[in-house]
Amino acid sequence: MLNYVLRRVAIAIPTILLLVVISFVLMYAAPGGPFNSERPLPAQVMANIEARYGLDQPYWKQMATYIWNVVVHFDFGPSFQYRDRTVNDVIAQGFPVTLTYGFWSFIVALVVGVALGAAAAIRHNSWLDYLAVGISIGAQVLPNFVMAPILVLIFTLWLGWLPGGGWQGGQIEYIILPVIALSTSYMASIARITRSSMLEVLNAGFIRTARAKGLPTRRIIWTHAMKPTMLPVLSYLGPAFVGMITGSVIIDVFFSTGGIGQFFVNSAFNRDYSVIMGITILVGVLTVTFNLVVDLLYAWIDPKIRY
Amino acid sequence: MTLKTHLLAGTAALFALSGAAQAESHAMTEHPETGEKLAADQSFSYRVLDEFPSIDPNLIEDVEGSHIGRQLFEGLMNQDEKGDVMPGVATGFEVSEDGLTYTFTLRDDAKWSNGEPVTANDFVYSWRRAADPATASEYQWYMGLMKLANIEEVIAGDKSPEELGVEAVDDHTLKVTLSQALPYFPQMVTHTTTFPVPQAVIEEHGDAWTQPGNMVSNGAYVLEDRVPQEYITLTKNPEYWDAENVIIEEVTALVINDENQALTRYLAGEFDQTDVPAGQFPRLSEEYPDQAVSVPDLCSYYYNLNVSDSGPEALQDVKVREALYLAIDRDVITDNVLGGGQKPAYTLTHWATAGFEVPAIEVAQMSQQERNERAKELMSEAGYGTDGEPLSLEILYNTSESHKQVATAISQMWKQTLGVDTTMANMEWQTFLTERHEKNYEVARAGWCADYNEASSFLDIMQTESSYNDSGFSSEEYDQLMADAATSEDPLPLYTEAETIITQEFPILPIYHYAEVFMMDETIKGYPYENAQNNWYAKELYRVAGE
Repeated sequence: MLNYVLRRVAIAIPTILLLVVISFVLMYAAPGGPFNSERPLPAQVMANIEARYGLDQPYWKQMATYIWNVVVHFDFGPSFQYRDRTVNDVIAQGFPVTLTYGFWSFIVALVVGVALGAAAAIRHNSWLDYLAVGISIGAQVLPNFVMAPILVLIFTLWLGWLPGGGWQGGQIEYIILPVIALSTSYMASIARITRSSMLEVLNAGFIRTARAKGLPTRRIIWTHAMKPTMLPVLSYLGPAFVGMITGSVIIDVFFSTGGIGQFFVNSAFNRDYSVIMGITILVGVLTVTFNLVVDLLYAWIDPKIRY
Repeated sequence: MTLKTHLLAGTAALFALSGAAQAESHAMTEHPETGEKLAADQSFSYRVLDEFPSIDPNLIEDVEGSHIGRQLFEGLMNQDEKGDVMPGVATGFEVSEDGLTYTFTLRDDAKWSNGEPVTANDFVYSWRRAADPATASEYQWYMGLMKLANIEEVIAGDKSPEELGVEAVDDHTLKVTLSQALPYFPQMVTHTTTFPVPQAVIEEHGDAWTQPGNMVSNGAYVLEDRVPQEYITLTKNPEYWDAENVIIEEVTALVINDENQALTRYLAGEFDQTDVPAGQFPRLSEEYPDQAVSVPDLCSYYYNLNVSDSGPEALQDVKVREALYLAIDRDVITDNVLGGGQKPAYTLTHWATAGFEVPAIEVAQMSQQERNERAKELMSEAGYGTDGEPLSLEILYNTSESHKQVATAISQMWKQTLGVDTTMANMEWQTFLTERHEKNYEVARAGWCADYNEASSFLDIMQTESSYNDSGFSSEEYDQLMADAATSEDPLPLYTEAETIITQEFPILPIYHYAEVFMMDETIKGYPYENAQNNWYAKELYRVAGE
C-alpha cells in the first residue's frame, strides 16, 4: 500500500511538471500580452514594464526562473493584472471562498444525489422512481448559468429573502444560492449513476441470497448493496470534488463571491501569465491528489482490489 | 444566551444608541446650499464591473480605479459639475508668458489622513515616482503626454527622475516646467496619476501600502476595507481640509461581473448605481424614469479601413471608402440597435468635448436616402458593386454581443445599398488587438476614449506616428495641423480642418458617439451629469430623505 502511494506520488511530479511546461508554451503562443490594451503603450514604457516583470528574458529562462521560485520559495510571482497583489495573495484570498461553497455543494450533491438515486432504484418503476429520474433530468438540463439568474430573480428580487451576491466572509445567507446553483447538476449526475449502479447490484446473486436468508430490506440495502453501489459513484466523485472546490466561473461571476473560479477565464483573457500558471498548478495538484484518494478509497470499499 | 450576556448585549446596544444619537446631532439634516432634507443614512454604494488593477494613484490604469483614486486622494485641481477646473489642493496657479512654467499655490490646511500636512514635496515625489522606469507604471505615457521637461529622457532611463520638470519652491509652492506649451495643462492635473502619494508610508510598507490599515491618503475619504473581487469601502476622512462640507459618510464599490445580475440586484435595492446592459435603456427609462440616466461619454465608435498595402485593393480607392461611409444609416444604429442616448457620428471628435464644435459638414445634413444615392454613384464610378466588380469585405470586431449587432446592421446596409458582400469575424480581445495593430484585417471596429477633455485627445490618434492609427492613414498636412494646434491660442479652426481631412480621405468611418447609461437611485443627488468625463466626487454627493 505504502509502496503504491509512493509510486503514485513519484509519477505525479513529472505529470505536474509537464503540465507547467505545456501551459507555459500555450500561454506564450497566444497573441497579445499582459500589458497590451486598446491604447498601445509607447515602446519605451512597455520596455520598462517588461523589464520589471522579467518578460524581456528568453522564454526558457522565464520558465526556469518560474519553476525555481515555485519549487524553492513557494512563490508564484506577482500578478500582472493586479499590480498590488501577488498570485499567492490571489489564491489565499479566493481559494477559501471556493473551498467553502464547493465543499457544501459537494455534500449537498452527494447526500441528495445518492438518496434520490437509491430511492429510485429500490422503488424501481414506481412513481418515486419516475419523480427522481424527472428531477435529475430537470436538474441536468438546467445549467448553472440559467439557474443562477433565476435563483436571484426569485429569492432576491421577488421574495427578498436572500442577498443576490457577495460573500461577507462566508455568512450562511451568502452561501445558500451559490451552493444550490453549483450542486444541482452534480447532484443529478450522482443520482443517475447511483440509480443505475444500484439497480445492477440489486439484481446480483449475493442480494438474492441475502433476501433468501430473510434479511430485512433495510439491512440488505445498507450492509450489502450500498458499498458496491458506490464504486462507480466514487470514480465520478474524485474529479467532481476538485471541480467544485476550485469553484466555477459561473458561480463567481453571477454571485460575486470573490472566489478563484473566475480567474480560470479572466486571467486567460487578460494574459495574466502568473495567475494562469498559479491556478493551473493548483488545479493540477488537487486533481492528482484526489484521484489518488479515490483509488485508495476503492481498496477500502472493495476488498477485491489490492495495491 | 445566558442572562449575563443578555445584559451585556443590552448595555452595549444602549451605548451604541447614545453614540449614534451623538453622531446624529453633528450630522447635517439639511443640505447647506439647497435646503433639501437629508436622509439619516448617508452612504453611497455602486457596482463596478471588475476588480481594480490598482488603487495606487501612480499605477491606476482604469476608469473605475480612477473613480476610487479620486475619492481617496486629491490632486492640484478638481473638476466641477461641468468638468471645468476648480481648486483642489492648489488654490490657484500662475502661467508664465511663454506657457512653459506653471506655479501652483498649495493651500496650507491640506492634510494627510495621518494628520501630516500635504506639501509641494509630496507632489514632486509622486510625479517622479510615476515617471520612474523602476515604478513601471503604465501611466508613464500620461506623464509623457503632460510634456513635463525631460520626461522622455527620464522614461528612457537617460536622466534620473530628479531631473523631471517639477520642483518644490517651498512647502506650498510647486513649480512645473514644460517642454512645450499646453493650453489644457491645468485640466491634466485633475487626473489620478498626478495625485500626491505619501512617501514615508510607501517607503515603510512597499507595495503593501495600498492595503487597508496601511494606506494614508489626502482626499475626502480613507480606505476602510477592501476584499479584492468583492468590494471596497471608503469612509469619510476627518482630516480632510473641507471635511465639514462632506455629506456622504461611506462609499462602497461592489465588484459584480455580470451586468444583468447587477441590474437585478440594483432593482432589489441592494445598491445605488449600476450600468444599464446594452439594449435595455428604452425599457428601463420607461419603467423607471427617475432612475435611468443617459449622459454623454467622451468616446467615439468607428470602423478602421485598412488603407495600407496589406489592405484590399478596393479600399485604396477613396470613392469606395466614401461610399462605405455614406451607406451607414447611423440613426438606425443609435436608435434601434443601441437605444441608449448615443448620437450618430459623422466626424471623429465626440460632440460633448469641451471647447469643441462638431464641424457642420454637408453629409450630416443630408437625408439617408440622399446619402445612399450618392454612395451608389461613387461605387459605380469606382467600378464596384451591383453593376461592377463584386466586392466582398470582412468586418473584424472583438467578441461582444453589441459589436456583433452593430456589425450585422452595417453589413446589411452595405449589402442593400452597395451590393457589397461582408463576412463578419470576431476574435477574443488580445488576439483582436494584435491582428488589428499588425493590419491583418480589411475593416476593423475601434473605439477611442479621450484621455482628457480636449479635441486633440481624439484627433491625435490619426497622426502618422500615433500607435493607435491602425488604418495606415498618413497625411503630412494632417500632422502639421495637429502640431500647430498644440501650441495655438485658438485651435478650433485647426481641429475643424483636421476633421475635414478625415471626411475627405475616409481612413476611418465614424459611427457613433458614446453615451453612458446607468441607473441611479433617485435619492442620490449631486452627481455631475454635465461632466462629460463622468468624473464624480463622492464629497459632492448626498442622499435626500425619501417622502
